Amino acid sequence: MTDAEIIAMADEALAAEFELDPGQMTPEARFREDLDLDSLDAVDMVIVLEKTFGIKIGRDPAIMNIRTVDDMHGYIIAKKREIEKA
Amino acid sequence: MNHRVAITGLGIVSALGNSAESVARSLYRGDSGIGIDPEREKRGFLSPLTGRISDFSPRYPLTRKQRKTMPEFAEWAVEAAFQALAASGLDPEALRNDRSGIVFGCDSSCMAAVEQVAELAAAGATTGLGSGQVFRSMTSCVSMNLNVILQTKGACWTVSGACASGGHAVGQAADLIRLGRQDRILCGGAQEINWQSMCSFDGLGAFSTRTSMPEAASRPFDASRDGLVPGGGAAALMLERHDLAKARGAAIWGEIAGYGFSSDGENISVPSRDGIGRAMRAALRDAGLSASDISYVCAHATSTPLGDAMEAHNILDLFGEKGVPVSSTKSMTGHELWMSGASQVVYCCLMARHGFTAGNRNFAEGDDVTRKLDVIGDTLQTPPRAALCNAAGFGGTNSCLAVTFHAAL
Repeated sequence: MTDAEIIAMADEALAAEFELDPGQMTPEARFREDLDLDSLDAVDMVIVLEKTFGIKIGRDPAIMNIRTVDDMHGYIIAKKREIEKA
Repeated sequence: MNHRVAITGLGIVSALGNSAESVARSLYRGDSGIGIDPEREKRGFLSPLTGRISDFSPRYPLTRKQRKTMPEFAEWAVEAAFQALAASGLDPEALRNDRSGIVFGCDSSCMAAVEQVAELAAAGATTGLGSGQVFRSMTSCVSMNLNVILQTKGACWTVSGACASGGHAVGQAADLIRLGRQDRILCGGAQEINWQSMCSFDGLGAFSTRTSMPEAASRPFDASRDGLVPGGGAAALMLERHDLAKARGAAIWGEIAGYGFSSDGENISVPSRDGIGRAMRAALRDAGLSASDISYVCAHATSTPLGDAMEAHNILDLFGEKGVPVSSTKSMTGHELWMSGASQVVYCCLMARHGFTAGNRNFAEGDDVTRKLDVIGDTLQTPPRAALCNAAGFGGTNSCLAVTFHAAL
């Protein structure tokens, strides 16, 4: 899976879950301030990403640093690469 | 000084329809909203009979995020609340202050609790449950969700009083306005319909087993009644301080003129001989009315042999033989449980507005006690002037609302 494919899949899944316009999902968009997602939405974002990519995120401390859509892309891409290596 | 309490809007999602207009038509015609749930037949229920919500398609749709924290019946309640708000003519902005609140009656959110346990088993970790279940599974799920959606800033809670929950919620909301503590309250009752929430109640053998004719199964006060039919839905009322409603030129459906409550202090499931009667007398006292002012009793009567007989005794104590027209809308809807005390007020308002009094479907003949009542057979072509709406619940909690209509008294 290419980075572009991962990004497209993640954006599509989150846009559907949170009823976002795909146009809002720019890399620099901040989840809290720009997309109006709160801490409860973060709980569901983890579940959506786990299901979409077949990965385990749980309470990984690294997700606390995700602020923007770009941060989220980077996190998933790294996670996928980790799995591919293993 | 106590304020008067006006009803300025109402909304309803029930076995008789999903709008005030359709429910009024069904009440007038004496339609039945009762049917068979095949799932209950498969799962060892004594009775598969249930009230049903059909073709629910909200006029006020919610976002996916809003629905996440709501079980199905809370969606019905939000729809009913939005109907009531629209009917009141109030701008939603008028509720975004600490003088406006929400009080609902509800005593369970069983389905959500069942679902979250099943989801945990599937996910193997609580983080897999998602963010919504904790809110969905709380008894106060209706009031908390409405508060967030409508952005009211005053009262926000749920009254749990078994099958009198809705009645107590409307009564308490009216009291808060009468005392000057709130100006406007959206109140009502809501009840889930699913086999999961009804299985243990079914096991008590209290439900009708007249499955050959579901529409004839709920027959309050009739000599051949054999049990209740569980149902549900959501009912909402916009209550408003009368002078404020008048000042803004609101159309007033009626008034909550009095609220009486009592408890039995006796048995967990068997109604006492005088409990509902004490609530009825308290409601009349509270309203400053006498029995002769009441033109209609919208009975609690659920179609159980003992419960209906006890209520009949109490109506006879207060009004005498054939002293007041009586009917139970549960003959059409089934027993709407937590919702019923509030939906009865909605049904009475619709009767008053449309100029009729609903009959008691399936009443063929009374028994030794109930034949002394003036049970309305066919729909009366006159509206109620002043009604008592009775509700009673497990544990022996009783409510009675005295509702008066437009320049009636």
